[in-house]
Amino acid sequence: MVEPLLATSGLTKRFGGLVAANDVALGVEPGEIHAVIGPNGAGKTTLIAALAGELRPDAGTIRFAGTDISRLGPARRAALGIARSFQITSIFREFTALDNVALAVQAHAGHSFRFWRPAQGDARLREPARAALAEIGLADRADMPAAALSHGEKRALELAMVLATRPRLLLLDEPTAGMGPADSADIVRLLAGLKGRLAIVLVEHDMDAVFALADRVTVMVYGRIIATGLPEAIRADAQVRRAYLGEEDS
Amino acid sequence: MRAIDARGIAALVCLTALALVPVIAAAADAPFYVGLFARVMIFAIAALSLDLILGYGGLVSFGHAAYLGIGAYAVAILSFHGVTNGFVHFAAALAAAAVAALVIGIVSLRTSGVYFIMITLAFGQMVYYLGISLNQYGGDDGLSIGRPSDFGGLVDLADPTILYYFVLACLALFLCLGGRAVRSRFGVLLQGVRSNERRMVALGFPVFRYKLAAFVIAGAVCGVAGALFANLTLFVSPGIMHWTRSGEIMMMVILGGIGTLLGPVLGAAVYLLLESVLSRWSEHWQAILGPLLIIVVLFSKSGLMGLIRAPRPPHG
Repeated sequence: MVEPLLATSGLTKRFGGLVAANDVALGVEPGEIHAVIGPNGAGKTTLIAALAGELRPDAGTIRFAGTDISRLGPARRAALGIARSFQITSIFREFTALDNVALAVQAHAGHSFRFWRPAQGDARLREPARAALAEIGLADRADMPAAALSHGEKRALELAMVLATRPRLLLLDEPTAGMGPADSADIVRLLAGLKGRLAIVLVEHDMDAVFALADRVTVMVYGRIIATGLPEAIRADAQVRRAYLGEEDS
Repeated sequence: MRAIDARGIAALVCLTALALVPVIAAAADAPFYVGLFARVMIFAIAALSLDLILGYGGLVSFGHAAYLGIGAYAVAILSFHGVTNGFVHFAAALAAAAVAALVIGIVSLRTSGVYFIMITLAFGQMVYYLGISLNQYGGDDGLSIGRPSDFGGLVDLADPTILYYFVLACLALFLCLGGRAVRSRFGVLLQGVRSNERRMVALGFPVFRYKLAAFVIAGAVCGVAGALFANLTLFVSPGIMHWTRSGEIMMMVILGGIGTLLGPVLGAAVYLLLESVLSRWSEHWQAILGPLLIIVVLFSKSGLMGLIRAPRPPHG
């Protein structure tokens, strides 16, 4: 069998006495949308942070595209093609929408020890940035300060930024958090459009979004993976229903 | 593009006004002002260099006077040992300040926020006490410099007017380079770090090396300001590196306009001119400066620059 794009084994992260991630073995295939669900405090955000390199796990390894990335910092991992969005939107509020995305493009356009040419006149940054904004439906917001965008637009802008880095793996921490149904549906439609182009680890509470998008679903409870499988199988799994979906055996 | 032109014009107006100072001072028979404005421009360079990391990079360095002192001491110590060549003086001032900034930066930039402020302050004070301990070079009393940096027949810095224009040329050069740098990829990156460092890292920027580079550039430029200061006063003492001096440079930046290029120049001018005027009335002149600073900061996020012009685009 071909090695998955991302594979963790024995991944463990403790915060004092709390084991936020306990012996987690997660495999993500190229091009798949892999949803991670679980109740609050299940360790989903910890998992995302460990995959992105922001948290050092206490034990376990992470392999990405055939190399061990367990010891690499977040910037190195991003350079290898792992991009992430945050639960709380993380953008450059003082910059315009276009400048936000252009800076994301710049992160993957060689080193930035360039002191002379104005970045805002650099077509190699601006053109891909405009394209990414257009793809996400924010073309008409290009010159607006990011702080002035609506909540949904800010979430979309962050998505445009991470997509502009042309990642192979996208870590999305609740992309529809705090959104109304209409904005939420836009994001789901957008993510559906990405299907097959890149792998996505999707942490999401909105079960409609999860079951609309996911190729596979992993369920975490108290830091442990209790089930991984196709969406239908997860929906039917009695253990999952008991532990998470809050239903009685019937 | 119009905004860039406006900024360029503002810089030109400012530099032209400064260029007229010696002429007016001669006409008014007040040569004192040539020295005062030379001092203003030297501190403008120091403040400009601080603003690169403080205003654009969000790095609140509270030990910036150290580089001013290192640059000045480089000139004084070389002169003391009989080296008078101006090129050597300025190269040594720049290099010594850059190396100091590299070492201080490597340690300090591992921290952030209030810890960064405290650690840069601590390094600044270490350099200050190092200056005091240099008994061979005057220790606490400081060190006189026999004559200014010698550039052969090129420029004669012993002539106050020529020194003045030399300082002005340096200021113009750094304003021009700074204007390019803050809008370059490097400058935009720095502003990204100020805005949201976590996002920068998550995008894949190895931010430490860029912050360190900015820190070293700022230190080196301030070292040049120090070399100019040594030529102006022909005397250095550890007092130039005291932490209150770092505070003054920071006040100039905040007063003039953080994250702008002309702001530090304006801030240095207002600060030093007020000092010059008010200290004639009272030794407690800072009692007047303090409230003024508070008023400016309260009413404008970008200092005096914010008061005298319309809201600006983010890459100002």
